[in-house]
Amino acid sequence: MEFFLQLLLNGLVVGSIYSLVALGFVIIFKSSGILNFAQGEFLLLGGYVFLAISTAHAPIGAALLLTFGFSAILGIVLERLVLRPLIGEPIISVIMVTLGLSSVLRAIVQGIWGTDTRPMPSVFSLDPIRLGPLPIARGYLYSAACVAVLLVVLTLFFKYARPGIAMRATADSQQVALSMGISVRRIFALSWSIAAVVSAVGGILLATMRGGVDGSLAVLGLKVLPAVIVGGLDSIGGAILGGLLIGVLENLSGGYLDPVFGGGVKEVAPFVALVLILMVRPYGFFGKVRIERV
Amino acid sequence: MRSGEFYTTYRADMAIFETARARRILAAFLLVLFAVPLLGSSYWLDVLNRTAIAVVAAMGLNILTGFTGQISLGNAAFLAIGAYATAYLAGHGVPFVFVIPAAGLLTALAGMVFGFPSLRLKGLYLAMATLAAHFIVEFTVTHWDAVTGGVAGTSVPPPSLFGFALANDRTLAFLILPACIAHLWFAKNLFRTRVGKAFVAIRDQDISAEVMGVEVFRFKLLAFGVSSFYVGVAGSLLAYHARIISPENFPLSLAIDQLGMIIIGGLGSVLGSILGAIFLTLLPEVLRLLTSALSGQFPALIQLFAPLKLGVFGITIVLFLIFEPDGLAARWRRIRNWFRLYPFSY
Repeated sequence: MEFFLQLLLNGLVVGSIYSLVALGFVIIFKSSGILNFAQGEFLLLGGYVFLAISTAHAPIGAALLLTFGFSAILGIVLERLVLRPLIGEPIISVIMVTLGLSSVLRAIVQGIWGTDTRPMPSVFSLDPIRLGPLPIARGYLYSAACVAVLLVVLTLFFKYARPGIAMRATADSQQVALSMGISVRRIFALSWSIAAVVSAVGGILLATMRGGVDGSLAVLGLKVLPAVIVGGLDSIGGAILGGLLIGVLENLSGGYLDPVFGGGVKEVAPFVALVLILMVRPYGFFGKVRIERV
Repeated sequence: MRSGEFYTTYRADMAIFETARARRILAAFLLVLFAVPLLGSSYWLDVLNRTAIAVVAAMGLNILTGFTGQISLGNAAFLAIGAYATAYLAGHGVPFVFVIPAAGLLTALAGMVFGFPSLRLKGLYLAMATLAAHFIVEFTVTHWDAVTGGVAGTSVPPPSLFGFALANDRTLAFLILPACIAHLWFAKNLFRTRVGKAFVAIRDQDISAEVMGVEVFRFKLLAFGVSSFYVGVAGSLLAYHARIISPENFPLSLAIDQLGMIIIGGLGSVLGSILGAIFLTLLPEVLRLLTSALSGQFPALIQLFAPLKLGVFGITIVLFLIFEPDGLAARWRRIRNWFRLYPFSY
């Protein structure tokens, strides 16, 4: 039982970060219909930039702000230069362009920082505290709390803030949004920068949890895909829940099935779930049901 | 003097070669191509073989993605299935004339299995499903030690013909090149038949295709099958060429590479598959030559080779998608027509 709870807790913590990245993914998909396969590289870049700034003896707060600023600008620039020319092109072009983008970003990261793991200055102390019977690293708890706060803030943003409402309007119908005086272009740019920033947060948190940054962070960009599919590609609440579900599933299946298969179950279980969900409910648990069947 | 393409019969429109000269040029090209293995150095032979294998794989992917419009990120997985089937069968002493088609058929079966749930799904959902297929196959390959040798990999005996082992690149080229040409020939002809035209109809508008009497379900499944057969054969040739295969030979980046080939070459074009595969196989070689030539002045370049390769690949794809979305095949056609119709291009 304790083993189960421990796995559940770890799953929830990791899942909360998945939720955050999935949220970035869904924001882009919702507003512009683009599936961003470079999300993992946003994460990676966020982690490395934060590392570079904070190792230059900048205070943590300033380093965080600079990283977020960098990510926001990166998102806007990429949207403007790469994605906008492809509006209206077939889906394969859009998927390929984000894949190409992910190669370029990863190359830049490798070129500057190499492929070795760089130790991350610990933002939170990692000595465990006890949550009932379970020990949990303090950093895990703080990161989960950060994510929770951020998720609440974003949810409120979409519900009450003007740009948030404009984003939802754009997602519903670009034409109507345009006729109501919303600049759809600016919304696209905004969605890319928000996605880049939340991914950077995810990257920093994950890197501190692991104690270092390396290229494997980018794999998370792919793991988020099952999360968004489970939740529904165009549902913000679904992304949050999907991330948590995938985190828990990953940890439970890894914990219980790894001895049977000899490792690696953690990596594949989310994708098995992805296939099952696609077969049963392609639009996920909370996605808009669009009947588009052949 | 010609000023355009004016066909008066359907036969002329359907013809593979527009003129007898085109046929002669191709024949001459093939002769030269087969002279290369006799003369080339072992490095270029290796490149030639890898290119030919990439052409077959890209052609297979193009049948599915370019001609039928079904996006697949699972190509590396299908290559792996073909390669491991080859390793298993060849390891049990089956001669290569049976192994290669068997690997193709097995992969076709696997492709149809993974294609089956995808038949309900379109576009990006299909990309997700095939991506999942990649990870599931990768997991299976790493864990099914009895057949695949697990992480350590497994070795493949060289193919032998009448007791003569095709053990080096020079002799293997005479297996790989004809196989490659045969597959291209089949693909070229496939799209002159009812089946090929049904694939294209599904890509252009699946509902209209259904209305016009194309059984979308059957033909989509068939597209998955044919495409995976090609990829399986490519995987089989790859196994014979690499001699030792392990899960590391089939990373996700391989699938992305191959999508890059058909994007750069041209979606829905046989010539595009060839040009794209050649382009993306030669690109790293050219980069390698450049970096080693410049490493005297800039010693740091050697360490930067891997990221440079990755970055150039990504930038090439992005630039092609933005500036030349129809790929090299379209560019080639434009250049050819410009010369052919000069100066009266109407």
